[in-house]
Amino acid sequence: MRKVAIYGKGGIGKSTTTQNTVAGLVEMGKKVMVVGCDPKADSTRLLLGGLAQRSVLDTLREEGEDVELADIRAGGYCQSLCVESGGPEPGVGCAGRGIITSINMLEQLDAYKTEAGDPLDYVFYDVLGDVVCGGFAMPIREGKAEEIYIVCSGEMMAMYAANNISKGILKFAQSGVVRLGGLICNSRKVDNEREMIEQFAKQLGTQMIHFVPRDNDVQRAEINRKTVIEWNPECPQADEYRALANAIDGNDMFVVPKPLQMDQLEKLLMDFGLMD
Amino acid sequence: MTTEETSCDAPELSAEQLKEEMLKDYPSKTAKKRAKQMVVNDPDAIPEIGANSRTTPGLITQRGCTYAGCRGVVIGPIHDILHITHGPIGCGYYSWLTRRNMAKSVNKGDTNYLQYAMSTDMLEEQIVFGGEKKLKQAIQEAYDIFKPKAISIYSTCPVGLIGDDVHAVAKEMKETLGINVFAFSCEGYRGVSQSAGHHIANNGVFKHIVGLDDTPQTHPYTINVLGEYNIGGDSWEIDALLRKCGIHVVSTLSGDVNYEQIKNAHTAHLNTIMCHRSINYMAEMMEKKFGIPWIKVNFIGADQTAKSLRKVAAFFESKELSDRVEEVIAQEMAALKPVRDEVTARCKGKKAALFVGGSRAHHYQDLFKDMGMEVLSAGYEFAHRDDYEGRAVLPNIKVDADSRNIEELTVEEDPQRFRSEFVDKKKRLEDSGFTFSDYNGMMTEMKKNTLIIDDISHHEIEKLIKLWKPDIIGSGIKDKFVVEKMGIPCKQLHSYDYGGPYAVFTGAANFYREVDRMLHTKVWQFVVPPWQKTGANGAAKPRYAPSKDKREKANEAWKKNAEAVEEAA
Repeated sequence: MRKVAIYGKGGIGKSTTTQNTVAGLVEMGKKVMVVGCDPKADSTRLLLGGLAQRSVLDTLREEGEDVELADIRAGGYCQSLCVESGGPEPGVGCAGRGIITSINMLEQLDAYKTEAGDPLDYVFYDVLGDVVCGGFAMPIREGKAEEIYIVCSGEMMAMYAANNISKGILKFAQSGVVRLGGLICNSRKVDNEREMIEQFAKQLGTQMIHFVPRDNDVQRAEINRKTVIEWNPECPQADEYRALANAIDGNDMFVVPKPLQMDQLEKLLMDFGLMD
Repeated sequence: MTTEETSCDAPELSAEQLKEEMLKDYPSKTAKKRAKQMVVNDPDAIPEIGANSRTTPGLITQRGCTYAGCRGVVIGPIHDILHITHGPIGCGYYSWLTRRNMAKSVNKGDTNYLQYAMSTDMLEEQIVFGGEKKLKQAIQEAYDIFKPKAISIYSTCPVGLIGDDVHAVAKEMKETLGINVFAFSCEGYRGVSQSAGHHIANNGVFKHIVGLDDTPQTHPYTINVLGEYNIGGDSWEIDALLRKCGIHVVSTLSGDVNYEQIKNAHTAHLNTIMCHRSINYMAEMMEKKFGIPWIKVNFIGADQTAKSLRKVAAFFESKELSDRVEEVIAQEMAALKPVRDEVTARCKGKKAALFVGGSRAHHYQDLFKDMGMEVLSAGYEFAHRDDYEGRAVLPNIKVDADSRNIEELTVEEDPQRFRSEFVDKKKRLEDSGFTFSDYNGMMTEMKKNTLIIDDISHHEIEKLIKLWKPDIIGSGIKDKFVVEKMGIPCKQLHSYDYGGPYAVFTGAANFYREVDRMLHTKVWQFVVPPWQKTGANGAAKPRYAPSKDKREKANEAWKKNAEAVEEAA
């Protein structure tokens, strides 16, 4: 089973990219589980066709210790398996600790198998925002996730966040098995975006695994609570996600990243970000 | 180490050499930091000491946490309010009845909740989703069962990490229940030691309790005794003595005190401070808001008690009171003299070292001095520079980030209740040489070339015992058994082991006898560590083990006795 975590700046499109990519993988016949690690519990909406899932932490709270796997895991598009970690209301408690609790719970429930008991091909952790504290770093600690993909764009703050996440990966890579698998560029149509992210990836010691162009079909599919592949399998954007799924499936470049200094990052923007 | 080794003549090391010996095993950075916290005393030119700074990780320290200082030391002894620890169960459980601060109900219907340990018992669920709801439930439940006058809530580490708003919960429950409910952000990690917790506690008691009851005093001589926690019954002795002299104690902070007494504390004529470190904030704030002046007293040791009584009497400027005080001192001293003389004859010249508290390492020197004993070395666990060097250094103390973390209340004169007559009185007395707000610290009263050690580590205690060979150590539970394993008696001066009271004249007699007993018991000669082989064939054998003959006789006697008992049955 490949253990994948998707990180990236808030609002960059992690959940959308994850679910669309997972749709590509399950369409190929892979057995995949998605674990949403965000208190908003909206990481599996497109695969499930709505926010239909009860989160692990809510279930734990309501059922006490007597939790069964079927209570917290639901089947989504094309037999994908969906789990939402969940968490407290905004402004209270500790969401990071919640993620630790919920991943431990999944392990105890032996959740890393299909309903028929077959081994999974993939588990995807879709993690909130930046590596903000110990709890949110949980998937990359202790080998819970072994390969990380960072979603970014050619915008400064997205690259800055990607660089910061690389620092987190570096920290845990030194003591564990986690590696960076690549950058996914979720295009915002800024100048020279593809070249800049390719160069950024190179400097980090990794690759840009796919360039996902900006397309309104993503928005249309989301409004319909579907992944692009499910909503319109024929559209060009569906093929983009299939290509990304393929690239991840065939990826064999896993590195310990070399985070950039701030001045290197700014130089990159100067070199590529200005058209003239 | 055996008694033989400690009593043999060792090369006499100077304080400076002893300090070097203690430091030489440390990594250089640690040695550099510790060197600032160990100074050779000179009462005529007090050197600067490093204090109230972070303990170096890896050193075995005596210190406690901020929660311990707030809940355990300062507020915990108030016996008729409910104390609820908001946190996982360990913090509440391990702060339950550990300080021997005694209390008893005086009138029928009075309550004493000190036997209870109340905690919200936070679990994983509260850590993740927040603990405010459970805290509210706990307050409601405690109220329903006990109907107390007030409830006090203490935050432990995780509460601060997850950001529960304990103050908002307290405010809400205060309105709901119609009783006083207040909370303390005294998370264990807030300061470098329990000292931060004392400050937080002072702020809270001042804000939420002091001044709620303005009933004026009718007694002519009223005082508060601040920083006296009734360990082993100390404040009962102090109260009794003051009563004998004709002085009325409005409230003690916070030994055997009740909520009503603290509400009314601001009506006293004078604040007297025992433990300067833990309570000086309260005295300062009360003076600013209500005009009550404060003086430092020490009711530990016969000579210091007499001195303190005379000073209190002098404040009231009454010949009648002063005469009465002299009469009481003469009586008490006369009653104490036989036991003092008897123990002094045996203990004179013996050597002690004291590492405890924020005032106790200073105050208990006076009891040893009463007995003709010498103090070689002393230091506090959590005190600040002013407790060592005197309040004169206050303007020069660097306020570091750790101290800034603790709220300083902005206190102003209360327009209605400020008593300006005290300001005039203070001025008049000061002009005649009387000193107020006057703590001169421990070092001024210690001899030249004694070694002062702040926040001492186990390693340093071991070196001290090996190289300077004190006859007795006064410290706390964390080092007691380390010390005793080295064959030196150790008196716990936080909890008094199982003894006390030791305050004033009556308590002094208890202390003299106790120290005499500890110094002269033969028990240390019986201690042979298992690794020390003294038997003829090299086998471990205690020196005073009964012979085979004696053992057999004892066994036979036991058997006979058992048979007799059986027959009788």
